Amino acid sequence: MRPYSGKLDIKHGLVNMSHGSGGRAMAQLIDQIFMFHFDNELLRQQNDQAAFNVPAGRMVISTDAHVISPLFFPGGDIGSLSVHGTINDVCMSGAKPLYLSAAFILEEGFPLSKLEQIVISMAKASREAGVPIVTGDTKVVEKGNGDGVFITTTGVGVVPDSINISGERACIGDVIILSGSIGDHGMAVLSSRENLSFETTLQSDSAALHRLVKRMVEVAPDIHCLRDPTRGGLATTLNELALQSSVGMLLEESSIPVKAAVTGACELLGLDPLYVANEGKLICICDAADADALIAAMQADPLGRDAAIIGTVVADDHHMVQMQTSFGGSRIVDWLASEQLPRIC
Amino acid sequence: MKYVNEFRNGDVAAKLARVIANEVESDRDYRLMEFCGGHTHAIFRFGIQDLMPENVNFVHGPGCPVCVLPKGRIDNAIKLVQDHNVILCTYADLVRVPATKQMSLLKAKADGGDIRMVYSTQDALQIARQNPNRQVVFFAIGFETTTPPTAVALQVAQQEGLNNFSVFCNHVLTPPAMRHILQQDGDQSANIDGILGPSHVSTIIGSQAYAFCATEFHTPIVIAGFEPLDVMQSTLMLIRQLNSGRVTVENEYTRVVTDEGNRKAQALMQEVFELRPIFEWRGLGMMPNSALQIRDIYAEWDAEQRFAIEHITSSDVKSCLCPAILRGLNKPTDCKLFGTVCTPENPMGACMVSSEGSCAAYWSYGRFRQPDTATAQQERTA
Repeated sequence: MRPYSGKLDIKHGLVNMSHGSGGRAMAQLIDQIFMFHFDNELLRQQNDQAAFNVPAGRMVISTDAHVISPLFFPGGDIGSLSVHGTINDVCMSGAKPLYLSAAFILEEGFPLSKLEQIVISMAKASREAGVPIVTGDTKVVEKGNGDGVFITTTGVGVVPDSINISGERACIGDVIILSGSIGDHGMAVLSSRENLSFETTLQSDSAALHRLVKRMVEVAPDIHCLRDPTRGGLATTLNELALQSSVGMLLEESSIPVKAAVTGACELLGLDPLYVANEGKLICICDAADADALIAAMQADPLGRDAAIIGTVVADDHHMVQMQTSFGGSRIVDWLASEQLPRIC
Repeated sequence: MKYVNEFRNGDVAAKLARVIANEVESDRDYRLMEFCGGHTHAIFRFGIQDLMPENVNFVHGPGCPVCVLPKGRIDNAIKLVQDHNVILCTYADLVRVPATKQMSLLKAKADGGDIRMVYSTQDALQIARQNPNRQVVFFAIGFETTTPPTAVALQVAQQEGLNNFSVFCNHVLTPPAMRHILQQDGDQSANIDGILGPSHVSTIIGSQAYAFCATEFHTPIVIAGFEPLDVMQSTLMLIRQLNSGRVTVENEYTRVVTDEGNRKAQALMQEVFELRPIFEWRGLGMMPNSALQIRDIYAEWDAEQRFAIEHITSSDVKSCLCPAILRGLNKPTDCKLFGTVCTPENPMGACMVSSEGSCAAYWSYGRFRQPDTATAQQERTA
């Protein structure tokens, strides 16, 4: 027996305050949109939590809040992004991601049709990844207090005790591997912003990387560091790792893959692709002896097809990332200062 | 990428570096001022200094429009937002520039100010059309490159009778700044042997606008594109002028720049703007006839008149060396504030403000350079 009657008018309906009030309207929204699309055994138990057994090893947990404008962009949307982003954060430890939770903050007036579209996209991403969304929460804020929808996802996974991948493990002499071209996500999102009308065929690279990581860990269990270069781009992530490991890094610009469309859009806006966000790429730092096997394993996966060694870990008291430019000089690749802003001329 | 990669070719760069190394006279120094922030950016981003002989040094000039905008003008803009509740449209790299009391447009925005980052004057006009009940001000800055689009915006506003739109004009002129630097003497002399001249600015005003450098100040100048090979080729052209004792205006950037420039754009500027008797440049001080103001026929769309904007005297941090750096007298690393209290996250002076400023470029691309890397590069290309 349902506490409400009839079907939600998804086609024409809008989110209203009662959808977050804990009453009948909320039950209807949860049943007909979230439960219907995310459907899985644990969710069907309809408890305030999900209980499950986990395999032996260390548990890994990560959480990520997703706010993005626009909500829909070439190659993805906030829904798929919220699944991929958290799976990636969990699996960068070498863990197998097991379950996700999702919390939605909806703005009053947000169309239910768009919400359903986002939820369908999340359900698809979660099913393709084999990582179910097993618990969640919904709140509604008054119009003007949100930006349509914010989604926070948390992921749990388990990593075998024998694997120890961590940001402070980069050693002098290690090689730095990048799984593919940089800047696709950031430029795809930028190209679809209202006030920027440039046309491009660029798609976001948003993808779940756990299967790629699985292949990598199988051939090289002693990977030292793994990280996905999201906000702040490749440059900022490498600086984080250099600082954490108290080392320097030396990159070779010519070995860093950048698509022509990304280079072009960046030139136009005065941005540097090294600082543009990615959502389906990873950086791997490993012993030089493991590099060949890792590259081969990565290139066998569609998400690592363009994997390449882009540099090495070097001794540097300042923990700087430096780069030999394709032009023949050298430069520092610094942390991103504040936000990358288009230049005037 | 076509028309870009050709000008970033490492093999050509290595060849040019060898030619430069062969042609420089070892018993003298070459102090060359790259005038624009775009050149400074290219020198650091592509590591051009590594490809130069030790006695060829780049002196970073004042050609970064964001850097030379005085604090007082940003204070004015913040007041427009806070006191007059206008929608302020600005180019993005202005939002972080520090105003008085460490305020900035970014902070004013966080404080509830309606500040919109736009990519062109057309965006600002569109915002004005969409918000007929709000006053919309375009914060116009830049050298001659960005001035014609502002002129067009004023014309469109007049044609459409867009009465809620106005322009806060801060456009400045390149030749007076160059003259200011060249006419300093004694302790203040920048000791520049030659100038890599503006590229985008020159597409508008033409290469002959700099004839005075050669005729009055006996300083050779080569109009240089912003791509790294442009910078290297122009450097070679300057070295050749200096070696042969020739002093003239040469144009390396012939694919875009002509002798007379873009006449149509010049006429447009002439119609909409007139010389401002005096204007303050951050780091360089008050300079007569160095900036533009909106002509009376467009007064209705002039934010300075509409909102009775008053001059605010700027006070820069005293120990900041930006004034000397902008005139080529000091390097960023000579400044006590550099990298200590003054960083791109917390800029104190003009040159740290924009990524094109010489301090910011030094900080982002050049600090802690490992000397052995540079030496190895020179050996490779020698």
